[in-house]
Amino acid sequence: MPELFARTGDSVEPPSYSEIARAFPNTWVMIKRNLRTMMRTPEVFIFRFIQPGIFLLLLFYVAAGAIKIQGTGTTGYRDFVIPGVLAQSVTFATASAAVGIADDMSKGMVNRFRTLPMSSPAFLAGRALADLLQTTVALLALAGVALAAGWRANNDAVSVVEAFLLLILASFSMSWIGALIGLSVRTVEAASSAGLIWVFPLTFVSSAFIPVQTMPAWLQGIAYWNPFTAIVQACRKLFGSPEFNNSGPWPIQHPVPAALLWSLVILVIFAPLAVRRYQKIDR
Amino acid sequence: MRALISAHGLTKSFGDKPALNGVDLEAEAGTVLALLGPNGAGKTTTVRVLTTLLRPDAGRAFVAGVDVLRHPGKVRRLIGVSGQYAAIDDYLTGRENLEMVGQFYQLKLQEAKRRARELLKWFELSDAANRPAKTYSGGMRRRLDLAATLVVRPPVIFLDEPTTGLDPHSRLMLWNAIAALAEDGTTILLTTQYLEEADRLSHKIVVVDRGQVIASGTSSDLKAQAGGQRVEVIVHDRASIDAAARVLSSVTGSEAEIDRPARKISIGADRGVLTLADVGWELGKRDFEVDDMFLRRPTLDDVFLRLTGHASEATGAPPKSGKAS
Repeated sequence: MPELFARTGDSVEPPSYSEIARAFPNTWVMIKRNLRTMMRTPEVFIFRFIQPGIFLLLLFYVAAGAIKIQGTGTTGYRDFVIPGVLAQSVTFATASAAVGIADDMSKGMVNRFRTLPMSSPAFLAGRALADLLQTTVALLALAGVALAAGWRANNDAVSVVEAFLLLILASFSMSWIGALIGLSVRTVEAASSAGLIWVFPLTFVSSAFIPVQTMPAWLQGIAYWNPFTAIVQACRKLFGSPEFNNSGPWPIQHPVPAALLWSLVILVIFAPLAVRRYQKIDR
Repeated sequence: MRALISAHGLTKSFGDKPALNGVDLEAEAGTVLALLGPNGAGKTTTVRVLTTLLRPDAGRAFVAGVDVLRHPGKVRRLIGVSGQYAAIDDYLTGRENLEMVGQFYQLKLQEAKRRARELLKWFELSDAANRPAKTYSGGMRRRLDLAATLVVRPPVIFLDEPTTGLDPHSRLMLWNAIAALAEDGTTILLTTQYLEEADRLSHKIVVVDRGQVIASGTSSDLKAQAGGQRVEVIVHDRASIDAAARVLSSVTGSEAEIDRPARKISIGADRGVLTLADVGWELGKRDFEVDDMFLRRPTLDDVFLRLTGHASEATGAPPKSGKAS
């Protein structure tokens, strides 16, 4: 028994590494922890895989078959909407991070981590990277559903891979928004609503599901400059979609650099805000 | 002796609500300091400042000689912290929880695994080691939580209400663990609402109320402040109470306090059991009918009542339910 505990002057002082040297191993341990947690929470799968899959099938078979939407081209709504559905599933990364972190806050895990000699961005980075892996699997699963339903990309493999990388980067950025939400709200329920409430306005006031030209003029301006439009447009372009339409302002004409830029801007703003917030939590 | 934990003039407000109003305390190396006070007294806030979680508005804090406000990272390598609620990842097993903490301390995986095994065994969690922590009882969670604070055998440990809501078996086990840690020279600061717990576990008690230290010392120092021992007598017949009180006064030479509804007489007893014997003899000689008679030592409850003007909110047995706000 006694050897379990400290004698005065005989404590096992943990090795002291610099912040940088701790950052990577700490983040890795945190990723593993979050992946284990995700694997053991079946709700996550319903939320991240099944729900977007059902949405895709509904748009594909119900909406696209029934309505001819003005402003879509020859291949119709199905080709138009797939990039929108893929990109929308990426926005769920925000809610996922917000809920995961709010849960850790409410259970005292965050306080425990903050009293350990850990690198401080590791907790949040571990979350964002675990969410990134989750998004990747969700995207592949959705793409599988779309393929099975008859959708095809009309471009070379490299461009298609680029589209997915762009989506994954966007997911990573959005996780940091979720991290800030999770650290700021008081309950898991609040994190869940705050993480989701803006998804529908953001994705509907964009070119994801409805062609921007059909919107009222004042909404068109918002939709054209919506970061989400840039991401969806970039996917249409990289998938070689016949529905890619580049008439509009700069982000519409150059969607790939625009999407890249938007993701980086979000990351550069929200990652430091979230880390700072984590370091200064006062409850 | 060297102070391993010290705080000077800690002040902290949340909005316009003051939480700490100049808290000073010191725990010498190898001792257990109990921070005793009711809910909302500032116990948790004090612990949060000392464990690098919260910056005070004013004041200074040192752990093992390291300035908490200037070098929080250094302090984190020297402390183990167990918060008010067990901080356990529900989806990980007990073993995985401890290994994760070990890895965050930068222990090698093998070392972290070995240490997790040792701790699980000591806290009688070996059988549950591979079950997700969400299947654990409240007592098991607390034990796992304490185990997590001991992964690197830190020289200084903070325990915020470690036994709140525990079943008797787990509470006893935690008490034993804390006593064993103290015996091995770990410096411990624990907070509690239970006077009995502070009395039993600590070398020194600091009583806090409304963000201020209102008393400190050993438990006998504090009891001395509440006055000495008393003899209390419960008479059978209320009508005889004044006559009996006069007898008590004549035996001890001091003023008796009378609690008429309870038929109770209370009087200072300088000579302890000898006074008790005298009182019994005199009352018996005069044929007073007495229901009960006893020597009462002052409890920390008396101390608390005297110091704060209000009773401690958690006297007697700890409540069954876990979460207080």
